[in-house]
Amino acid sequence: MKEKIFDIAIIGAGVVGASIARKLSSYNLKIALLEKECDVSFGVSKANSGIIHGGFHHGSEYLKSKLEVQGNRMFDQLEQELHFPFRRCGIIVVAFSFEEMKTVEHLFMNGIANKVVGIEMCNRRRILALEPKLNTDVIGGLYAPAGGIIEPYRFVFSLVESALKNGVELFTEFKVVSAEKNDHAFKIFSESGAVVDSKWVVNASGLFADEISNIFKAEKFKITPRKGEEFLLDRNSAARTDHVIFPVPDSVSKGILVIPTVEGTTMLGPTAIPQDSKEDVSTSSLNLDMVFSSARKIVPSISQRDIITSFTGLRPALESGDFYIDISEKQAHFIQVAGIQSPGLTAVPAIAEYVKDLLKKDGLVLTEKSSYDPEIDKLPRMRTLHPEEADALIKTNPAFGEIVCRCESVSEAEIVAAVRHGHTTLDGIKFYTRAQMGRCQGGFCTDRIIKIIQRETGLSYEEITKRGKNSWLIKDRIGDLKVNSYRGIQ
Amino acid sequence: MKEFKFDTLVIGGGSAGMAAALEVSRRGFTVAVAERENSMGGILNQCIHNGFGLHHFKEELSGPAYAEKFIDMVETSNIEVFIDMTVMDIEETGDLKYAYGLSKLTGMIKFCVKTVVFANGCRERNRGSIGTPGTRPSGVFTAGLAQRLVNMEGYIPGKECVIVGSGDIGLIMARRMTWVGAKVKAVIEIQSYPAGLTRNIVQCLNDFDIPLYLSHVVGEIHGKDRVESIDVIPLKKGIEQKDKTFNIKCDSLLLAVGLVPDNELIQKIGISINPETNGPIVDRQLMTAKNGIFACGNVLHVHDLVDFVTEESERCGRYVSNYLDKKIPAEQFRSIPGQNVKYLVPNYYSPINENKFYLRTMVVKNRAELIVKVNDKEILRKKLKHIQPSEMISFSIPGGTVDCISECRDNTLEVHIV
Amino acid sequence: MKKDMVCISCPMGCRITAEWENENDITVTGNKCPRGIVYGREEILSPKRVVTATININSSWLGRLPVMTTGTIPKGMIDSLLNKIYKMHLDVPIVRDDIIIKDIENTGIDLIATRSVKT
Repeated sequence: MKEKIFDIAIIGAGVVGASIARKLSSYNLKIALLEKECDVSFGVSKANSGIIHGGFHHGSEYLKSKLEVQGNRMFDQLEQELHFPFRRCGIIVVAFSFEEMKTVEHLFMNGIANKVVGIEMCNRRRILALEPKLNTDVIGGLYAPAGGIIEPYRFVFSLVESALKNGVELFTEFKVVSAEKNDHAFKIFSESGAVVDSKWVVNASGLFADEISNIFKAEKFKITPRKGEEFLLDRNSAARTDHVIFPVPDSVSKGILVIPTVEGTTMLGPTAIPQDSKEDVSTSSLNLDMVFSSARKIVPSISQRDIITSFTGLRPALESGDFYIDISEKQAHFIQVAGIQSPGLTAVPAIAEYVKDLLKKDGLVLTEKSSYDPEIDKLPRMRTLHPEEADALIKTNPAFGEIVCRCESVSEAEIVAAVRHGHTTLDGIKFYTRAQMGRCQGGFCTDRIIKIIQRETGLSYEEITKRGKNSWLIKDRIGDLKVNSYRGIQ
Repeated sequence: MKEFKFDTLVIGGGSAGMAAALEVSRRGFTVAVAERENSMGGILNQCIHNGFGLHHFKEELSGPAYAEKFIDMVETSNIEVFIDMTVMDIEETGDLKYAYGLSKLTGMIKFCVKTVVFANGCRERNRGSIGTPGTRPSGVFTAGLAQRLVNMEGYIPGKECVIVGSGDIGLIMARRMTWVGAKVKAVIEIQSYPAGLTRNIVQCLNDFDIPLYLSHVVGEIHGKDRVESIDVIPLKKGIEQKDKTFNIKCDSLLLAVGLVPDNELIQKIGISINPETNGPIVDRQLMTAKNGIFACGNVLHVHDLVDFVTEESERCGRYVSNYLDKKIPAEQFRSIPGQNVKYLVPNYYSPINENKFYLRTMVVKNRAELIVKVNDKEILRKKLKHIQPSEMISFSIPGGTVDCISECRDNTLEVHIV
Repeated sequence: MKKDMVCISCPMGCRITAEWENENDITVTGNKCPRGIVYGREEILSPKRVVTATININSSWLGRLPVMTTGTIPKGMIDSLLNKIYKMHLDVPIVRDDIIIKDIENTGIDLIATRSVKT
């Protein structure tokens, strides 16, 4: 049997891998997207803050600056095609001292050098007029109107959906453990025994980019995970701002931000703490006080009472602090896309273009696919509809009228859509629909969601998981376990 | 979009909603009840244990039986019940309110009503709200979700579990998990005394030799994909003694860490919340600051006994009917919680009428006294045998008792516990 | 012999004491109603509990039927009762108070449905 040989295998279906896959799907190529988790966006991209950065944080000598500014400009069109939630709300950096204003000036100069449109220095009156909730001790700052916010996992899901629509093949639960090369192609082996053959390989594997590079005998480098913890405040928090607010950055990170998410909640964070483990995403109680006091310095009305939950993510940091996107010099037909931490999300549309150009430079023939369709269907979301629209929609599909997640107003039809798009775990459904993300954190809707997954997929309750692997929910039914409750009764 | 007119829309068909709706209907007004589950009964449907109705029906019923007695009454009344319906929004124009109810059976329905009663209950505090650090494995359930999975679906959420919280919900689930064959390894309680009824300590913990760790907290949750163990830390005078941390191996963690009124829609339409109860501020008639919008049951403040919910909601129904009858309520003044009182409901009282109050104390005490004062004058004194925060106290002030109203004083009523 | 305990017959939770020299002569003090005496004696001789549980039912909308014993049964019988009913499958319709098991092991106590299910 002649095995299928792909033109490109992209390792990692996070935001980077997904956008590269979508970009390349506009050409006549056979593309495999390999993901080690049971669903896409379950790695680094799962815990992204969702900020579309303003292009002023990094000097123009960095590759990441160039790609950040280019990527930022591409989001309006992407939103039109892919329908993920996106708002260009603008970014404000606040300064509380003369020294801090100097740093802000430096950021402003970066912005100018990076050719950012609309960036301005603000005095105290201007900045308080822009954002009245700020601490009145603020003395000035910077305003970047091109900055914005998106819902990151919806973005990744829509990129993948678009890629799949245009012929990309997705392999989930494909953890690359070894690779060989013959004359024609790479042979890529997964932990489960599955094999994919491909002429080119793009390494977009986030935290594990260094390990994948070693497996393919390419460059040696080190990815250091940097943990970021964020706190989510509920929709009704009085402290929700209009813009994303940054403090003045320090040498380590951009600081604790106040982020009005596009869904209506408010997020505080992220922290930035390096660690050794690539898998430890545990939260810590120490961070809470630190994050809240930093955030309250910027927006005094922030209250711990409003916390819904917290979560962490790990950033894949390289020593250079810049993106490493290049044709490998040690392994032929291997493209490195590593160290994509902030402003990775913003840069991703431009990264995809850049990688396409690298592949072309490396000899890949690109002919445009005439059948390429950049758009995907827009799924109506009950939460955003007016009563008349909702009524009309229910008449076409009654499942839109059954609200499963009351906190976020998510209907059964949306959950069914998530499942039919391959998101069959509680977390996958959560990121696709927002069900379980509200104030009750799944207390009311979890058992209904389990029922829907069973009905749509035929999976039994034992097979349904929180996020794949061993994250089982229920193993036993009443009657499976012998009751022996009154031991020692004479 | 279909439009319906009613005198009253009751949001929620549980114990509160049914009691309020029945009262309004008895007074001859038209009532609609919007219930988001596929049957009425609310949370009672999953509370299959006994202990309900001792006051109201003078017998001890299971939750579903208590609910069904009301469901039977509702079904033989003129109340129109909309099942599988979620109320999404409420608008007001002058005296009328428009409520939008969404259901797969009917589409979106616009209710045009004169009064709205919020009776949509409470939700659970969860891991997010208590900020337990550690990993995010599966196997962490709130006690209410676990109860629903066990009692409504027949699933066993875990074979070896630890329960956080010794309130009645936690204790009842300790017994329920044991009775379905799971092993409950411990119940962890942050306070130095158990929060639930002693009766439940006996029949839910002692009966099964389940250890109760008072003055302990959960330190960290361990487990990559599924819970594998938890750290437990003893407290000394409220301070964590981290050096004495011990670990309990388990595959599930049930959180019974508190209930909060489900006040999202109430807040969305601009009604002020009382930060002590997390429910809306209401006057003596259980009406919120918005005319014609009332609240009763767990959405107003979280109750311990369903009998009190029924009593409060029947009263609410009476006041709704008075409002519909255009009866002008008597003059009201503020009523506030005083010494050692966490909260007091309602937030207003009427000097000339009978007033019924519900409150929670902040202290544990035997032989306490409840003292009511208006304008520095003692109005009422009542002996309380045993009080603790997890047992709601209710008392009445008969009409005409408050005789010291003055035009030059603020006439605020204060309730103290000493 | 003496044992202090809390009566669980109702939510009051009276603290009672049972004293006895032999099985036939148990005195109970501290109770506020006659049920306390019965409870105190039984806790010593043969502790009994009310049992609530759910049983499989072939309804189109309700997953499990809630059931309850009409009175207390000896602790020693509870496990075997539960293990037995967890193997049962009931048919609709059921009316609240229908007897599911009559006279559990000669105790005179029945197991009844506490909810009605038509379909």
